[in-house]
Amino acid sequence: MAHYELNMPVSEEQVRKLRINDTVTLQQTLYGIRDATQIHMFDHGRKTRFDLKGHAVIHTAPNVKWVGETKEHPSGYAPICIGTTTSSRMERFTRPLMEQYGVRIVIGKGGLLAASAKAFSDLGGVYLAIIGGTAALETTWIEQIEEVDLDDLNPESLWKFRIKGFGPLLVAMDAHGGSLYTAVNASAKDKRAGVLAALGVKP
Amino acid sequence: MKVDPKQVEEACKELYIRALKMLPPDIKEGFKQLDSRESDATGKAILGTMIRNITVAEDTNNLLCQDTGIPIYNVTIGTNVAVDGYALKQAIIKGCERATKEHPLRSSVVHPTTRKNEHTSCGRQVPVINIDFVPDADTLAIEMIPKGSGSENNSWLKMAIPAEGIDAIKTFVIDCVLEAGGKSCPPVIVGVGVGGTADLCVHLSKVAATRPLGSQCEDPEGAKLEAELSKVVNQLGVGAQGLGGDSTAFAVHVETAATHITMNPVAVNMQCHSARRARATFTPKGVGYGY
Repeated sequence: MAHYELNMPVSEEQVRKLRINDTVTLQQTLYGIRDATQIHMFDHGRKTRFDLKGHAVIHTAPNVKWVGETKEHPSGYAPICIGTTTSSRMERFTRPLMEQYGVRIVIGKGGLLAASAKAFSDLGGVYLAIIGGTAALETTWIEQIEEVDLDDLNPESLWKFRIKGFGPLLVAMDAHGGSLYTAVNASAKDKRAGVLAALGVKP
Repeated sequence: MKVDPKQVEEACKELYIRALKMLPPDIKEGFKQLDSRESDATGKAILGTMIRNITVAEDTNNLLCQDTGIPIYNVTIGTNVAVDGYALKQAIIKGCERATKEHPLRSSVVHPTTRKNEHTSCGRQVPVINIDFVPDADTLAIEMIPKGSGSENNSWLKMAIPAEGIDAIKTFVIDCVLEAGGKSCPPVIVGVGVGGTADLCVHLSKVAATRPLGSQCEDPEGAKLEAELSKVVNQLGVGAQGLGGDSTAFAVHVETAATHITMNPVAVNMQCHSARRARATFTPKGVGYGY
């Protein structure tokens, strides 16, 4: 188990070095993306002006306040509370995000599924687990909302955050087929019969 | 006691914001207990971060979680309370909308097919408003629950049959916990509805999921069942955030209702670890806030 500090964006080589149970802290830039953002990008043919190559995206739709564009808030939005959401709803967008936009890191909670694991292996990507429901803390890792795109989808816009010390996050799925979720789920299913027997359930 | 709708509006605004920022003491105590029993290093680290987040939210006067949820207001009206029911409902909606615009909060509520967000946290039939009545009390209580989607997306109903017995109920609950895995943001409160009609059964599962930790089902049979399930649920090893360990659930809560001779319904609704709720109580002396 190693710890990595990654200045975003990163290369394929940097991402392939990461293994499950390693921890990662990100610096500089992070993009926020959500269900509606990706439905519009991949089902409705919309494009973003952002260059996501080598970058990390977090599954999020933040609480923000419109304050008008200033030097301190170049997007016009001040962050209020920024956390994460359940990733598995966005499972089918992992591959297109990587293939069409060159995204290398997906951050969220609850894990992604087999198709994403395959995409991470094939194309060189990882899934970093951030703890759901701890947004007050995560907000302190965000310095600024630099830019926003596709903002008609607000709060599910495409957000560009300037970050400082975003982590530690846990490498939960790596580019070598490793997934902590697959391992935990298999082990939990193995315990099902024992738990039902303890409840007096007849087989 | 006469209740002024304007006061209700103010309270419903305040309740939404309070609920999002301050976790009830019973949930904090639940965290302490899970933390003291956690044997897995990853699980322990995750619980530590969750506990730290509660403090950061309080210190920075921020929301605990980014998900502002679907707003639910549970109103309990005492016998001696005089209130215009329609005005009360309108005041609740107005308070919810004002919290969203004035704080501001992320409106997480959209039309189900157009997906249009009015940026008010309100829409058709939302906020959800439940109204109940209690005898003798000179009080009106409003409980506010911002129900997060990570846990709400993990909801199930099974119309089991009498021949499947209580074994079907127990098996279904365990299978739902496995199916939810890390998606419902564990440690969770597993809410179980048993009996009733299909809709009542699902409603009971939500009542169970949002009940304070340490409370018991009023029906002794329900209490027995929730104690049995609570004892074994953490043996599954799903763990905090679905990453393994002993902290899958704070507890399993059960609520029951009578059902039909041909029916054996069971519903499961999950409450995430950000098990938020706030309460305002109106008495002749004024409005008091709590959990």
